[in-house]
Amino acid sequence: MSARLMQGNEAIAEGALKAGVRFFGGYPITPSTEIAESLAKMLPKVGGTFVQMEDEIASMGVILGASLAGKKVLTASSGPGISLKQELIGYAAAAEIPAVIVNVQRVGPSTGQPTAPSQGDVMQARWGTHGDHSIIVLSPWSVKEAFEIAVKAVNYAERFRTPVILLTDEIVGHLRENVELPTDIEVYPRRKPKISRAEGYQPFTPDQDLVPNVANFGEGYRIHVTGLIHDDTGFPSGSPKITREQIKRMHDKISRAEDEIIEVHQEFMDDAEFAVISFGGTARTAYEAVLNARKRGIKVGFVRLITIFPFADKIIRQISKNLRGILVAELNFGQIVYEVERAAQCPVKLCAKYDMTIFEPEEIEKSIDELILEVK
Amino acid sequence: MRSYENFFRQNRLPHLWCPGCGNGIVMKAIVQAIEKNPDFNQDNTVIVSGIGCSSRASGYMDFDTLHTAHGRAIPFATGVKLANPALNVIVITGDGDCTAIGGNHFIHGCRRNVDLTVVLFNNNIYGMTGGQASPMTPLGKKATTAPYGSVDRPFDACKLAEAAGATYVARSTAFHVQHLIKTIEDGLNNRGFSFIEALVQCPTAYGRRNKMGDPAKMMAWMRDNAVMKNSWDKLPDDKKIGDKFPIGLFFKAESESYDESYKKVQEIAGGAAK
Repeated sequence: MSARLMQGNEAIAEGALKAGVRFFGGYPITPSTEIAESLAKMLPKVGGTFVQMEDEIASMGVILGASLAGKKVLTASSGPGISLKQELIGYAAAAEIPAVIVNVQRVGPSTGQPTAPSQGDVMQARWGTHGDHSIIVLSPWSVKEAFEIAVKAVNYAERFRTPVILLTDEIVGHLRENVELPTDIEVYPRRKPKISRAEGYQPFTPDQDLVPNVANFGEGYRIHVTGLIHDDTGFPSGSPKITREQIKRMHDKISRAEDEIIEVHQEFMDDAEFAVISFGGTARTAYEAVLNARKRGIKVGFVRLITIFPFADKIIRQISKNLRGILVAELNFGQIVYEVERAAQCPVKLCAKYDMTIFEPEEIEKSIDELILEVK
Repeated sequence: MRSYENFFRQNRLPHLWCPGCGNGIVMKAIVQAIEKNPDFNQDNTVIVSGIGCSSRASGYMDFDTLHTAHGRAIPFATGVKLANPALNVIVITGDGDCTAIGGNHFIHGCRRNVDLTVVLFNNNIYGMTGGQASPMTPLGKKATTAPYGSVDRPFDACKLAEAAGATYVARSTAFHVQHLIKTIEDGLNNRGFSFIEALVQCPTAYGRRNKMGDPAKMMAWMRDNAVMKNSWDKLPDDKKIGDKFPIGLFFKAESESYDESYKKVQEIAGGAAK
């Protein structure tokens, strides 16, 4: 495929399609709408289905129903819409339904500053729905990576039977870059039952990787799916033991594969005394700031979280042992910085911005200089 | 064993409903209607429910079953149907589930005319949470959240469904069992959004508080006050008073279902064969 000019949101739609997504339910909201618009055009061309729902709650409900009926599914939204989706993101976690939810972040809370860029939904992505649950959150920094991460998000949703949040921002969503999309793509197929009903199949019996092979509706397994805590049969259980085991298993199925899921982009770390940690669109500016600082002789490294959750505790702890200080640059009042503080064994400083505008490299550079002074 | 019993998960019975509850009658009527329809079997039919007393029915029924979140059964069901139009999809919901928290999904489900059959078990109250007023609690009736009688004007869910675009709209009751089965059967045959309101007695959370007597008395009330649509239409307005209410088929229209319409979109886009 030859290179073409493409927007981040379009790349997400392309990636989802390549990963096998055949169903999208959504509701318009800037700056995510291009994902819906692209898929409205593309899905029926490949026999897929696009449906515009009455609200964001229904958009979540419709994709979860479609997922249970055997389709790979995606929805996309921003701030207020993502808040509405939270109820059924929890349902997807509890009922172990594969689904990808794209959040193209804008300034909040509430209607906020439509539709200026922000990264203020980091903790919502992790903890937005109620109750103990695990979740996978991925964040791209370029148009090409938006495509790749869309593929990954769909694959993880299918492999772990979990909701996956593709946490991007207005910067990457509306960014246009000339990209050549990869053609060699690995696609994780829908999991299938390994035994028949007659052989004693239970839909929520975990496989060796702790993920159940839930049958699709219409395949003759006559399964029951509920948001109530259930046992292997899929039916609700009032047992404390089952409740404990199921909640733990649903965490463990993801944490056991953490080393595979967690991806961190590191550069200039060999001789680094300091590091800038960032993610998403902000990482583009942070990268330039790091290059500029190094030109001035500052031994600063670049660390970019591609996987936001599960959080890269081990990696941050390890790299921090050789550092004198870490600067966390994020386009919010301070969110991921607390995760970094928890893991790091060196001083951590926040470089925050929450005024509708993106970082200038100089702003991050200035913070690097301040950090150096502070730790002296 | 009676033939309809094959449609239940025997190991999940007995059900959790209170003695005298009408939900079991409607659940049984649904499987009896399914039994009469050669296009419906246990492997090509999905039962989707919301949250509440009525919505527990899905767990007892031996099909692929989906017990969703409060008010959200219709969006989930829409997803199942559009993802695999070969499946028959039936929604079980309640008056609170369908017309309060799920009200928006309900009217848009009707408007879209997806091929679903929605059966609303109307017990006039929130039963599962102990008797709070719903949007279908009649004026003046008492509830834990309306201790002096409800002043909230209730919905007529059938009128709502018709106005919103449903293509089959009917009402029956737990007393009129044969009529109820036939009503659901006709709904299953309609290719589009079918809505059936089934009035059920809730002696525990509604009848007791409103001094409506035991379950048999509540059913006798249905017998005495339900008027078949044909007779209702002939009644002068001064006779349509008190507790009298109409049952039967209110509306039927031929209109292409959403799933059929979307097939055309796929044909235009060139993806129909894929």
